[in-house]
Amino acid sequence: MTDLLPVLTDTWDAPRSWRLSTYEKHGGYAGLKKALRMAPSDLVQTVKDSGLRGRGGAGFPAGMKWGFLPPDDGGPRYLVVNADESEPGTCKDIPLMMASPQHLIEGAIITSYAIGCNHAFIYVRGEVLHVYRRLLEAVAEARRVGYLGTNILGSGFDLEITVHAGAGAYICGEETALLDSLEGLRGQPRLKPPFPAVEGLYARPTVVNNVETVASVPGIVDRGSDWFTAMGTEKSTGHGLFSLSGHVTRPGQYEAPLGITLRELLDEAGGMRGGKALKFWTPGGSSTPLFTAEHLDTPLDYESVGAAGSMLGTRALQLFDETVCVVRAVSRWTDFYAHESCGKCTPCREGTYWLKQILHRIEGGEGQDQDIDVLLDLCDNILGRAFCALGDGATSPITSSIQYFRDEYQAHIDGRGCPFDPSASALFPYTPRTPMPSAAAASGQLVGAGGGGH
Amino acid sequence: MSVSPSGDAGDVDQAPVGRDASPGTLEPAGAAGYGPETLASLTADAAEIVARYPDPRSGLLPMLHLVQSVDGYVSRAGILFCAEQLGITAAEVSAVATFYTQYKRKPNGKYTVGVCTNTLCAVMGGDEIFDELSEHLGVGHDETTDDGAITLERVECNAACDYAPVMMVNWEFFDNQTPQTATEVTDRLRAGEDVAPTRGADTVCSFKQMSRVLAGFPDDRAHEGVGAGEPTLAGLRIARERGATHPGGAAGQDTTPGEDAR
Repeated sequence: MTDLLPVLTDTWDAPRSWRLSTYEKHGGYAGLKKALRMAPSDLVQTVKDSGLRGRGGAGFPAGMKWGFLPPDDGGPRYLVVNADESEPGTCKDIPLMMASPQHLIEGAIITSYAIGCNHAFIYVRGEVLHVYRRLLEAVAEARRVGYLGTNILGSGFDLEITVHAGAGAYICGEETALLDSLEGLRGQPRLKPPFPAVEGLYARPTVVNNVETVASVPGIVDRGSDWFTAMGTEKSTGHGLFSLSGHVTRPGQYEAPLGITLRELLDEAGGMRGGKALKFWTPGGSSTPLFTAEHLDTPLDYESVGAAGSMLGTRALQLFDETVCVVRAVSRWTDFYAHESCGKCTPCREGTYWLKQILHRIEGGEGQDQDIDVLLDLCDNILGRAFCALGDGATSPITSSIQYFRDEYQAHIDGRGCPFDPSASALFPYTPRTPMPSAAAASGQLVGAGGGGH
Repeated sequence: MSVSPSGDAGDVDQAPVGRDASPGTLEPAGAAGYGPETLASLTADAAEIVARYPDPRSGLLPMLHLVQSVDGYVSRAGILFCAEQLGITAAEVSAVATFYTQYKRKPNGKYTVGVCTNTLCAVMGGDEIFDELSEHLGVGHDETTDDGAITLERVECNAACDYAPVMMVNWEFFDNQTPQTATEVTDRLRAGEDVAPTRGADTVCSFKQMSRVLAGFPDDRAHEGVGAGEPTLAGLRIARERGATHPGGAAGQDTTPGEDAR
């Protein structure tokens, strides 16, 4: 049994948790004081030893990423914090920055010191006004007491942090698109190599790390890498925020060691809403292949989730019960990818456009017999051929849902429409506006019935 | 009651190019179509923005937010202003302005009301909330009510899935919405009342005020509102009840569960 354990969340219930004074009262900035007495290379080694892997989805070892920077040539090097949290289902960094922005600021200062950066950036999505306010104020508070500025705590180390608001574009969560956006351009991904470690912001060596990754650094420095590796699994060490949403009794943030299972998390969260059956779920956001109830006991670590055919991603667990039509869910995610495709590469720009049309026609009762195979063929032509991970991600919900619920797609085609009652999935009662098109719906068949069973 | 695609009917939070001009007088346009006073303050703010970055071009996104804080959208004058400040072409500025959804190409309402209709919120009720609001307000996606109060939008996932269904008003969180709560919020906004988000400042500010903050000019409201809502604290509450702690940690620190903010 893996238990919940508060580390990053530990101060979130404190009065005025976002204030620097609150954070310091709970031990905040002990990590920075310790770090400034260490050699930067020792800090990089400590983070390598901790096994901390990127919490933004890809899971790349953070210490190794830092270690990729070329030797100091006297020019600037940058830390850019990716706070553009936009992956559907992902909702951990925004509450972290709302409740405890100093966690991120302290982590950013330590990381900057470790990599030799004197000007760090936090790129936060523009659609979270109050979080942006909190971050601006957190930087100002840290500067007032000398955690930022020149000669920080007498160490001789100088650092400024600029908090930069985006303007609405999912693609800017991709690290090279984020860098282009931060340079004042359209947010479109760059060809790699060169990787940001060599040529990043302003073509200078740059580390791009996720909010939760950076916020995990102070604890590792303060308590040691052994403390971190005592949590989680051998290859997926440490703590992580697991975000439960959807048809669960108590949705929310659950901080636990990596390797906890959905069954264990559901026990904590009061089970599925109204005792209904779990139908499908995302382990790490909409870009990670769907799981079903058969994966309830899959340990949520990078290796186990990968071996089961998906990705741990951002631990964004969106749970859908038996009332939900999988075609409706996937069709809507596909609208999202088509809307957010940056247009740079043809497979993604054109592919998501066609995926969307076909899904709409299946959902609307005008699907054709070959449509499922056309969808799979389109996905096959996007996956691995797109310029960045957005295109790959767009195929994940489609191919995985067809793998597990092909019959349900076929039922939409054969029955000329959706057999589900959308109001059964909502949290409030209402009368659906448009009568359900299919004969099956009219006769009451399948409405609210267990999904996939037809 | 829907308005024309230009969205220019009777808006109170918007003004055409040359907004310094009082009715009936044709003030000579400044360097980029603004009156001298507006241009002077914009120029000073733009200089402050540019100073935050090693490369001035990085200031373009905040500068476009700044333009929206004056005009209520990215106006032609605003595009020319940014181009002039950064020494780039108007086409280069337009290319960026049209890429990002928060930049408006026509005058926006005083409040942007966005209903999340990405999959999870949609399924949990977001679709019905949007339809109800659309019917109630008489406008569709990206349209503005003819009193200029509200621009209705479908929005993508806004990182609050544990509070679904979610509505954003000028990018402040309105959590756990129903069609009834959502229409009440819009009614109050249109009546000119102060409305408080679930997690955010004490009251929702205007689109222009919001845009100024997003340009990086704080409004001193960071300490208003809560630190977290209940779902944010769901796991922590259970861990506290059990005295759970990380290896070597001390459980039950001197926090006061239940007492948030204030």
